[in-house]
Amino acid sequence: MTFLVLTSLLKIFGIVFLVILPMVSYTVYAERRVSALIQDRLGPNRVGPAGLFQPIADAMKFILKEDFTPAHVNKFYFWLAPCLAMVPAIMTIAVVPFGSSLLGVPMVIADINVGVLYVFAIASLGVYGIVIAGWASNSKYPFLGGVRSSSQMISYELSLGLAVIPIFLLVGQLRLTSIVDYQIANGWMIAPFLGDPTNLWKWLLTIPMLISFVVFTIAIFAETNRLPFDLPEAETELVGGYHTEYSSMKFALFFLGEYAAMITGSAIIVTLFLGAWHLPIPWWNHAHGFHWLLISGSLGGWLGFLGGLFNIFTFFAKVAVLLLVFIWVRWTLPRFRYDQLMRLGWVFFFEIALVNIFIAAIIVAYMPK
Amino acid sequence: MSIVVRRPNLSWSEKLYLPAIFSGMIITLGHFMKMLLGRTKVTMQYPEEKWDSHLPDHYRGAPALVKDERDRLRCVACQLCEFICPPRAIKIVPGEIPLGDRFAKVEKYPEEFDIDMIRCIYCGMCEEVCPEQAIFLRKDYAITGLTRAEMVHDKKKLIEIGGVMHGLVLKWNEKK
Repeated sequence: MTFLVLTSLLKIFGIVFLVILPMVSYTVYAERRVSALIQDRLGPNRVGPAGLFQPIADAMKFILKEDFTPAHVNKFYFWLAPCLAMVPAIMTIAVVPFGSSLLGVPMVIADINVGVLYVFAIASLGVYGIVIAGWASNSKYPFLGGVRSSSQMISYELSLGLAVIPIFLLVGQLRLTSIVDYQIANGWMIAPFLGDPTNLWKWLLTIPMLISFVVFTIAIFAETNRLPFDLPEAETELVGGYHTEYSSMKFALFFLGEYAAMITGSAIIVTLFLGAWHLPIPWWNHAHGFHWLLISGSLGGWLGFLGGLFNIFTFFAKVAVLLLVFIWVRWTLPRFRYDQLMRLGWVFFFEIALVNIFIAAIIVAYMPK
Repeated sequence: MSIVVRRPNLSWSEKLYLPAIFSGMIITLGHFMKMLLGRTKVTMQYPEEKWDSHLPDHYRGAPALVKDERDRLRCVACQLCEFICPPRAIKIVPGEIPLGDRFAKVEKYPEEFDIDMIRCIYCGMCEEVCPEQAIFLRKDYAITGLTRAEMVHDKKKLIEIGGVMHGLVLKWNEKK
């Protein structure tokens, strides 16, 4: 029991302070550098080598700024909102298996059997931070931002939830670690044919899975308020939206919360569709001939330890690639108009996800076991 | 009277919206890669790289007092520059050259010569008006200081910036 508590505390501390928070600050840095390069600029390159200490300087700036609370706001909710923006994003990561195992300890903070339901439940709490911020600020632009955010969240939560149902039809469980085990045995969800390239059914299954992946990814974009769907903060229309009245560290919490949500979103996409920590390596030896080598922490001794570390690294490398895609999309696409956003959510994605469930269900029903 | 605005007829692929997204993303990726490979020209990185060697000869930087080859400060404290200076940045206190001096016939020299670089507008009027070819706009442009007093160039600083100018008319030399 003590061992469980101790390792859990270590994992929580390690994930939050050694992985998520540094990753958040360097995602901000990456965002600034990549956006600069896309726009033929250089971006922050002054603080430290290639500007790598810029996030530290930014953090210092935010901490040292005056924490100003306008007189016309509802104080309690004004203070509560930034916390509500940051906390759900970090809480979601608790059920995500970010590695196989390290020294016999499974690399997931809470391996609960309602995995994905927990993710949806907590992730949708993230909108309360924004809505409360918009309402408590007691001024028109934040209010509009908050209202937009809530309606956007309702529209896209639907397709988000419906898009993952094909996966559960296939796996039969909600536990995220089982989904990962299934993907290791039968090929990643985005490409089920990889597990058995000769099976035509698996190729057929690829179609609904790809649709699921695309719908889910786009819904995650909307859920994290990233650019094609960043209507809640739309600088050009709403002067920064829900965080207009915020300054210093309270603003920083919104800012970091947005990026933390991005990281959790990518982590969930990676877990559900891209094989989580699994990275097959082509291998050849005399006994087995050509085969795919599975690296995991369950191997004995040092090899297992290194394998566990490699798995964790693989997972976060996949997350980092997805984050780069997030950034890339943000600096390419313009913002949707509000009616376009609603039309896309209710008329297209909702229906596509719904039909997709039927296609997947038919394939799963007739697929020989 | 109503005007019917003709909407463009979109083709099937245009309505799908996805091809446009992908072509847009390829464009941004192209810019990204070109920047990464250093094939795009970007702004000069100022403190490390400077434009100094490319400054044209007519560049108007900080005004400064020059000396000629014989190490004589050419200014005769006529105060024409002080008079012409549009922002009144120049302040001269003239002094008298003692009788026994080699250049006693010049009569005056600047005891103090201050240019307030906060006021100076780099117009070059002082250089233009100077009958003695004593004040020139040099190529120094990064005039900085932490206090107002620091931003006032005194005579010593002006001579330091100005340096020695060759090939000027030496009208005060003895006749041969």
